[in-house]
Amino acid sequence: MAATPVPAPLSAPLDVIETSSPSGFLATLHDWVVTVDHKRLGIMYVVTGLIFLVIGGVEASLMRLQLAWPGLTLVPAETFNRLFTLHGTTMVFLVGIPIVFGFGNYLVPLMIGARDLAFPRLNAFGFWVLLFGGVLLYFSFLGGDGLYGAGSAPAVGWFAYAPLSERAFTPGNATDYWNLSILITGFGTIATAVNLIATITTMRAPGMTLGRMPMFVWTMLTVSAMTLLILPPLSAAQIMLLLDRFLGAHYFDTQAGGSAVLWQHFFWFFGHPEVYVLILPGFGFVSEIIPVFSRKVIFGYATLVAATVSIGAVAMSTWAHHMFTVGLGGTLNSFFAASTMLVGVPTGVKIFNWLATLYGGKLRFRTPLLFCCAFLFQFLCAGLTGIMLAVAPFDWQLSDSYFVVAHFHFVLIGGLVFTIFAALYYWFPKATGRMLSERLGKWHFWLFTVGFNVTFLTMHLPGVLGMPRRIYTYPADRGWDILNLVTTLGVPLQALGVLIFVINVVYSLRHGTPAGDNPWEAWTLEWATTSPPPPYNFATVPAVTSRRPLWDLQHPDDPDGPHE
Amino acid sequence: MNSGASRGRAGVIGFIVAETSLFAVFVVAYLFYIGKSLTGPSPKEVLDLPIVVTLCLLSSSVTVAMAARALASARVTRAGSWLFVTVVLGLVFLGGTAREWRRLIVERGLTIGTNLFGTTFYPLVGLHASHVILGLIMLSLCVAFAWSGALKAIHAERVELVSWYWHFVDGVWVVVFTVVYVIGR
Repeated sequence: MAATPVPAPLSAPLDVIETSSPSGFLATLHDWVVTVDHKRLGIMYVVTGLIFLVIGGVEASLMRLQLAWPGLTLVPAETFNRLFTLHGTTMVFLVGIPIVFGFGNYLVPLMIGARDLAFPRLNAFGFWVLLFGGVLLYFSFLGGDGLYGAGSAPAVGWFAYAPLSERAFTPGNATDYWNLSILITGFGTIATAVNLIATITTMRAPGMTLGRMPMFVWTMLTVSAMTLLILPPLSAAQIMLLLDRFLGAHYFDTQAGGSAVLWQHFFWFFGHPEVYVLILPGFGFVSEIIPVFSRKVIFGYATLVAATVSIGAVAMSTWAHHMFTVGLGGTLNSFFAASTMLVGVPTGVKIFNWLATLYGGKLRFRTPLLFCCAFLFQFLCAGLTGIMLAVAPFDWQLSDSYFVVAHFHFVLIGGLVFTIFAALYYWFPKATGRMLSERLGKWHFWLFTVGFNVTFLTMHLPGVLGMPRRIYTYPADRGWDILNLVTTLGVPLQALGVLIFVINVVYSLRHGTPAGDNPWEAWTLEWATTSPPPPYNFATVPAVTSRRPLWDLQHPDDPDGPHE
Repeated sequence: MNSGASRGRAGVIGFIVAETSLFAVFVVAYLFYIGKSLTGPSPKEVLDLPIVVTLCLLSSSVTVAMAARALASARVTRAGSWLFVTVVLGLVFLGGTAREWRRLIVERGLTIGTNLFGTTFYPLVGLHASHVILGLIMLSLCVAFAWSGALKAIHAERVELVSWYWHFVDGVWVVVFTVVYVIGR
């Protein structure tokens, strides 16, 4: 061995200037508003995402109430359209993206041993622009019809298919609010992606080679690269739609020879990889949590990295499976069916990696691991229905039915939201210095898991029986009524679970058990510093000699390096 | 902290990748709608090859590279002069686009709403022109800093990054020129 196996802290410790800052609510608010610290911005991203999660959840609950029984008139048809438009837009752009990039913000510098992101002010810009976009979207309730009358939110679906979203079919400004707000959040997300890539490629601690980076950092690198390739096309399409609506261009105007299919291509070229941008960091959370709670190193690190990058690459060429019913022709349909199934291969590799990590481990069934286990089952289910829908003729039967809705909610809730909850329970002690209550956490887990499965397992069935999505009510004689009632009955269980989570957070912030630096006995660098970490993260920049730097520090007699 | 790698460079590369992706969609839309206009005028009837201004823009890539190189070897005055030449060449290009648009709109009556050609032409060329304007603002600032003495050799990397952006704007024009004036015409 050439290098010393035990990591030695680097020389010069940081000059820490302790300043006494004025206290009080206004001072605290001022501190948070002007901050460029990646940890504070990360927390603000995640909290923003959670607030919008509740808003989007309320919208979903209203829709489920309306559909609980045939012929209900709780929500008028037009309002129903607005609800599903805002629900989808909110959940993807204002919940998924901020939470995922918020965790990236918080964790990436800590995990690679850096003191902040590469461009801290650009980071603050990204957050505030995203928040502004979110507020703009909801302002449409007031301003959607301009001065013409009562407020109205956009009602064109989260993918705003043209020409429905053209001025001829959606007059007023509601659609413009959708367009501009998502355009603006997109700029913020692109800025953050550039920032993360620059950070990961140039600011890793000495010894933190690419082959030693934590899996979560690998997933953030992959999704940031994807973001640079997929978000600008959405922005471009939105600019085209703006030109159509305001300057009389004809990009998607079928009467002047424009194409409706072109919008679908542009949108889904963004929209499909976007799903992977959201779920890959979820895989990252799981890959960090399962080893710690199994007391084992992750199984097949290299294959996990390869699977992550290849999912990112293959996901770029699967978008048109959202368009099988358009009539693309046999060649294109076959290509996109095959590429979609291909994604299942690296994803399957990951599932086996996680299972093999659990296998033979000394499992500690704390709340984070519980959420990860539920994730494994549910994500497998989501993947299998995904393979079914990749078969073009099958998709012709079930496209735009509740089967599809159930499928992608299994991906985005059963997959993503469960991993987010796991991550929240896992990293909350690091961010706040206090543990979340394990007792409330278990209540949260069981209520949410049961509620989720009652709702979304059941939802597959009305889909198979032919119930189309986006309808605001349905006749009683189709055999869908009991199934819809059961679907709706799962909602209060999930809502109660989330309420318990909120109570848990509020309670634990003040009364939780103090966490200490490393409550889970984990091995990545964020646990090497205090909880919460100081603004400069590490007093001395750590040196890294293996994939588990903290293990090496604590076990100088048995370092990991020689075993890798 | 990794040996020699600069976060500025990494950031600009990421930014340029995102910009490439943005332009790609406008180029695809242009290609997709070639020959699909329901009414005239067609590109063949109204577009002239902008050879002179294209040569100006392409040679400005050389001059900005000379500027970056001069600054790297601490010759600030020389760098300022090359930057100034770059700005002039860029302005000539922009003037060419302005003249072309004026002729198309006023004399030929082609606007963004006339037909699919107009719809796809103006946003594509206009998006590029707006990037030229942004680049010219950055380059002009560099000229101003050079002439006021604020530009030093330690800023070589920053000027080099501006030059990367300018090369990118140039490269995009090669694609736009090929698509609009060669393939589409």
